[in-house]
Amino acid sequence: MSAPDGHRHPTLAAYFGVFAALMALTALTVWAAFQHLGIWNTPLALAIAMTKATLVALIFMHLLYSPKRTAIVFASSVMWLVILFVITLSDYLSRSWLPIYTR
Amino acid sequence: MADAHTAAPHGARSHLRHHFASLDAQKEAASLGMWAFLVTEVLFFGGMFAAYIVYRALFTRAFEGASNLLDLKLGAFNTAVLILSSLTMAMAVWAASQGRKNLIILFLILTIVLGSVFLGVKVIEYKQKFEHHEVPGPHFVVPEGLPRQAEIFFSLYFCMTGLHALHMVIGVGLLTWLILRARRGDFTVAYNSPVELTGLYWHFVDIIWIFLFPLLYLLGRHTL
Repeated sequence: MSAPDGHRHPTLAAYFGVFAALMALTALTVWAAFQHLGIWNTPLALAIAMTKATLVALIFMHLLYSPKRTAIVFASSVMWLVILFVITLSDYLSRSWLPIYTR
Repeated sequence: MADAHTAAPHGARSHLRHHFASLDAQKEAASLGMWAFLVTEVLFFGGMFAAYIVYRALFTRAFEGASNLLDLKLGAFNTAVLILSSLTMAMAVWAASQGRKNLIILFLILTIVLGSVFLGVKVIEYKQKFEHHEVPGPHFVVPEGLPRQAEIFFSLYFCMTGLHALHMVIGVGLLTWLILRARRGDFTVAYNSPVELTGLYWHFVDIIWIFLFPLLYLLGRHTL
């Protein structure tokens, strides 16, 4: 499957399978959005979105069939993104803890 | 090509730059470069997602209420259109890897058509927002029963979907360029990197929408 040379492209069946899965997951996320899940609506929606994004990256974008370093490069974007979110949120969400700042 | 005077035949060899050992190495370098560009794109959009997270955390009720004013049917339809366009793009890349000229052109045209449908639906959605005075600015009217921070949601909605749409427009331009080159017979089994790299770009834009759709259209539906 991840042979370094030769089969560098997935089969057409894999493309159609991913397409069907993406459509099904889209329907699932719309359905789930209307359910009363309390705080879990957004985590579930994000989990579905990440599953869809992973399918697109692995099959449509051939990450599964590419050298590992390509995957590492792309994974680094997630690391930078987490740094961006965590530091920004640790500022904004902790501001109300101090009496000197009120929004 | 440094030694143009040797008049190499128009084929595999002529596409190999002298600083690469083989066509495979050249292809891998090109693809890695595109992925590195996509990393910068993740962070480009990431700034907007960070703004979205902060304001949604601060003004949850305004965001949920304003989100429910978006047209879910059009949003879901566009999601399906974009996923289908990703499939046709993947097929174009597959056809290019086989060097099948007519199939490449067919799938590229299908991808352009689907991308244009997406943009057309976006125009309809934007038009509705203008008519309902939901566009941030002097003519914005706070929707009934919502906190005034609903305007922040619509600012983010237009910035995020606007930047995404701009990427789609650029994508359609790239696809047009690919069709012209494919008609000329540029892409073969040995050389098809432009199709493959444009494919990576197109799929990436699809991934951005995969996150925009639930975050913008679906976040408040459970409160209905």
